[in-house]
Amino acid sequence: MDLQEFLTPPSETTRRTGPHDRIVMSSRVRLARNLRGFAFPGWAKKAERIKSLESIRPAVESLPQMTNAFSQSMDNLPAIDKQILVERHLISREHAAKSAGSGLVLNKDESLCVMINEEDHLRMQALRPGLQLKQAWMTVDQVDSDLEKRLDYAFHSDIGYLTACPTNLGTGIRVSAMLHLPGLVLAEQINQIIQSVNKLSLAVRGLYGEGTEALGNVFQVSNQMTLGEAETDIVERLNKVLLQIIEHEENARVLLLEKKPKMVFNHIGRAYGILANAHSISSKEAMNLLSLMRLGVDLDHFPKVERGLIDELFIVTQPAHLQKQYSEKLAAEERDLLRADMVRERLKKVDRPNPKKNGDAGSLDKTN
Amino acid sequence: MLCIVCKQNQAKVHLTQIVGDKMQKVDLCEECAKNKGVNDPAGFSLADLLLGLGASQEIEKGSGGEEIKCPTCGFTQADFKKAGRLGCSECYKTFAEGLEGLLKTMHKGVRHVGKVPQALRQGRDLTSQLKQLEKRLDKAVNDEDFEQAASLRDEIKTTRDKLSQVATP
Repeated sequence: MDLQEFLTPPSETTRRTGPHDRIVMSSRVRLARNLRGFAFPGWAKKAERIKSLESIRPAVESLPQMTNAFSQSMDNLPAIDKQILVERHLISREHAAKSAGSGLVLNKDESLCVMINEEDHLRMQALRPGLQLKQAWMTVDQVDSDLEKRLDYAFHSDIGYLTACPTNLGTGIRVSAMLHLPGLVLAEQINQIIQSVNKLSLAVRGLYGEGTEALGNVFQVSNQMTLGEAETDIVERLNKVLLQIIEHEENARVLLLEKKPKMVFNHIGRAYGILANAHSISSKEAMNLLSLMRLGVDLDHFPKVERGLIDELFIVTQPAHLQKQYSEKLAAEERDLLRADMVRERLKKVDRPNPKKNGDAGSLDKTN
Repeated sequence: MLCIVCKQNQAKVHLTQIVGDKMQKVDLCEECAKNKGVNDPAGFSLADLLLGLGASQEIEKGSGGEEIKCPTCGFTQADFKKAGRLGCSECYKTFAEGLEGLLKTMHKGVRHVGKVPQALRQGRDLTSQLKQLEKRLDKAVNDEDFEQAASLRDEIKTTRDKLSQVATP
């Protein structure tokens, strides 16, 4: 099956809504599991990886949650398709680099994705729009409970689920949320927030996970410790911290509008100006400007624009998504031209930002 | 002070992270700091960095200087130093001693709390049930309550059968 035909278009996925989605772009819970009797994928020889893939893949495919799923061995996926999956946050960069002996099973609505033979034999993840950590945990917990009947997990009663990296040992759980925090960045409070979050032994990372930059003011917050704390406690703890970060972000926005409205309007106006008029733009610049436009949408500067449009542009301006629309291989400079064309076209009907008068709290409705 | 990664250049980047009551320090030269992504506060986690650095020493300490090799998969300390990952699930037994200190600095505790595979959970439950029943049987025999003892003996038998049916890995 062709991945392009299988995937839901971003115009649709970005219109899905969830609690607090004006700040929390998505929630994710992933579990790491390994099989007894097989070396971990990073150490196993190719033949052994193929063997473990052959026993894991049918088990995952037969899950009721995976009816009509997309299932493929990584060596059968073209590089561009792998990159598209990365840009949609469905697989890790590390997994995109895998080939024979690794696989992927993705359910129809892209809310459940199982990577086979990434760093561990199984990396299963549930995704939800907005802040829905508990729901994501319940989904992935069920998948795990179903799979343990079909596969022989490596588990030790003292130290829990055994993982390739000791940092994932125990529960093997990584609970994370992707947050859009332009207010805290503009107010220069973000480093302070990152530091306090770090002190709670939670990690803050950039848009594409480990070792990546915080492009477009998007940050990932996740737990780091996996041993000695139950899954539900980790979920609960992260949820509490996220609610606090949301509050800080909202406060930062209110304060910015009170103290430095012109600075905020300037950023948003310039972002719109460039995006709506540029003839060449890199994906990095596009992301950073789209972030400011997203803030503009939140602040009601673009009354006719839905947030989904901006989120869609976030995805479709990424290199692989852009490349996919053209049959010939594009150089980076050519992509920049085509990206600018696309963004201009999509923003054609979007009116110039219209900032309300200073101190208009109506645009900062927190009930969302 | 020399960089702890390359051990060649002068360390110019000094990091301290406090998590709970544990303080961790890292000194790096500019080049290594850049390679490890330390310049970007958002994309950087000290735990990952420490894992790559301190872990192998910890493991060596645990071995008392002798090279340990996993009998199941042939993974060695040198491999861990390179990869920062273990070879197979049995490696946790092989390198248990060296890993303990590492797990302590990395995690909230060193004992698993949370989900347990159901087969194992059932096994545990049945085992503790069995112990209870055996205790009650002893008491019944001591009290010469033979009717009670007979029914307990039957119950113990069915519990044992159940226990032998669930996989006990």
